[in-house]
Amino acid sequence: MTEPLLDVRDLVLDVPHGRGSLPILNRVSFQIHPGEAYGLVGESGSGKSVTSLAIMGLLKKPLRVSGGRIGFQGRDLLTLPKREMRKLRGDRIAMIFQEPMTALNPLATVGRQIAEMFMLHQGKSRAEAAPLAVAALESVKVPNADRRARSYPHEMSGGLRQRVMIAMALACNPDLLIADEPTTALDVTVQAEVLRLIKDLCAERGTAVLFISHDLGVIASVCQRVGVMYAGCLVEENETAALFETPRHDYTRGLLGALPRLGSRAAQGRQRLIDIDSIIADRSRLTETRFITPRREETP
Amino acid sequence: MTAPLLEVDDLHVRFPVAGTGLTGRGKRLLHAVNGVSFSLAKGECLSIVGESGCGKSTAALSIMGLQEPTEGEIRFRGRPMTGPSAPTRMERAKAVQIVFQDPYASLNPRQTVWRSLADPLRLHGITAKSESADRIAALMRSVGLTPEQAGRFPHEFSGGQRQRIGIARALILEPEIVVLDEPVSALDVSIRAQIINLLLDLQDQFGLSYLMISHDLSVVEHMSDRVMVMYFGQLVETGSWQQIFASPAHPYTRRLIAAIPDPAHFGRISAEPFIDAPNMFAPPAASDLTEIAPGHFIRRTALEGAARA
Repeated sequence: MTEPLLDVRDLVLDVPHGRGSLPILNRVSFQIHPGEAYGLVGESGSGKSVTSLAIMGLLKKPLRVSGGRIGFQGRDLLTLPKREMRKLRGDRIAMIFQEPMTALNPLATVGRQIAEMFMLHQGKSRAEAAPLAVAALESVKVPNADRRARSYPHEMSGGLRQRVMIAMALACNPDLLIADEPTTALDVTVQAEVLRLIKDLCAERGTAVLFISHDLGVIASVCQRVGVMYAGCLVEENETAALFETPRHDYTRGLLGALPRLGSRAAQGRQRLIDIDSIIADRSRLTETRFITPRREETP
Repeated sequence: MTAPLLEVDDLHVRFPVAGTGLTGRGKRLLHAVNGVSFSLAKGECLSIVGESGCGKSTAALSIMGLQEPTEGEIRFRGRPMTGPSAPTRMERAKAVQIVFQDPYASLNPRQTVWRSLADPLRLHGITAKSESADRIAALMRSVGLTPEQAGRFPHEFSGGQRQRIGIARALILEPEIVVLDEPVSALDVSIRAQIINLLLDLQDQFGLSYLMISHDLSVVEHMSDRVMVMYFGQLVETGSWQQIFASPAHPYTRRLIAAIPDPAHFGRISAEPFIDAPNMFAPPAASDLTEIAPGHFIRRTALEGAARA
């Protein structure tokens, strides 16, 4: 039995409201093992992004953690001093955001921004870090990496910027990469390239991935296991193939049926898409049942 | 064979782009839409697919009359929509309407839904209170809302409801053609299904013709009768949805379809190699679409390229 790399247990997040509080996350638990790609899927407001921010220690007031623990390599991230957390962030846990333009500094060349990673976390000098940054750009298949390192973010296309983000995130060979809707802003063909890149690089380096998306197709093509979130709860979790073939929770079934599937019209004619509200009588009862299938140990 | 409702003939839209330097020397022309021709029949859903910058939105804006074409002709029921005999905006509004991607950005936040729906009616001569009230009530029901909800402001609705209002606004003048510009891409998955179902129901109910712009090919396959693939301002392939999805002939179409992440194919991502992007500033290469099957056309240069490869 291998130890999980990330062990989120009964995480509760809320916002103070009057004398009480509004729940944001309701006892969310999941584990990610070393080298595993885990997907969190859900609609806007389901709590998938705040989960990732909680792991990164980037929650802003009035959001607060009021229960649970986030274990990472044997330590509880929630009780870790800020200094320690800062060391971890970017080095052992890295993150890619949805909109690379807002996540990159517009006033610094991308080479310099990547170089900072080596300077901050590995104590390299600027001169030592510069060629490492170029190499990092090469690893994400940016053409003419040498020249591109001297470009500013606005000089790049959305796809290239996202590659820069990936280069930056993977610069220090983190153990966990959190990717929050990394391809939502991109065209489909660019999306395919970026997904391929994330998948291949992480597999190569043994980096575990927490992949957050509302797009079931994207999740299916990258992740081995998937958790479905609804209204702050993890309502179903299973291996990707099993989840898509035999969804057990009403909400998961609704989500899958709501999606036009490529090729289904040719196979069965145009079927009416499932209106999730027609199969779910009462949305407020959705979170009462949870279907969590434990991870199978790999049997070689 | 019914006569086409809308005909677009050799549409070109070019934008001047300033060159470098303070004087902007070396001004160039960007060929945003480059010789696009198609027709739309009554009750048909025709989709334009392609990636950002391929000119699909510019083409749609030309049809809306919001972007003057540089060259080419657009005819509605045989009547030119461009040039000296073009219809006025008022006349055009009854022929073509649009549903925008982001319903919140396209509704006036300071007007009730009622006013957004009643004003076009009033401008088009329906001044009797009772008639406009009846039409608004009927339309609100058709889009799945209640007539009472028309008294509210846009911010009081959820995203899906707002898109329903966006659809109602487009339909209030009973246009024959509705341009759908990424109608569901801003919506959550579960809402998306409801709006797609609604659009298909309304198409049946009112005999609407849709010109849909989308980059989401699974939605396109679900809704369209015919599909046009645009690449850098040109049509590279057109055909029925079966032809495009079952036997895509142009390498770019194949690349687009292969790139769709599909839940049915776990762990598979196909990123096909790049095709050289044509220079958007260069004048178009003279090449025509060739029919490779009845109703299925492909750009010849690509065919030759494929034959050489």
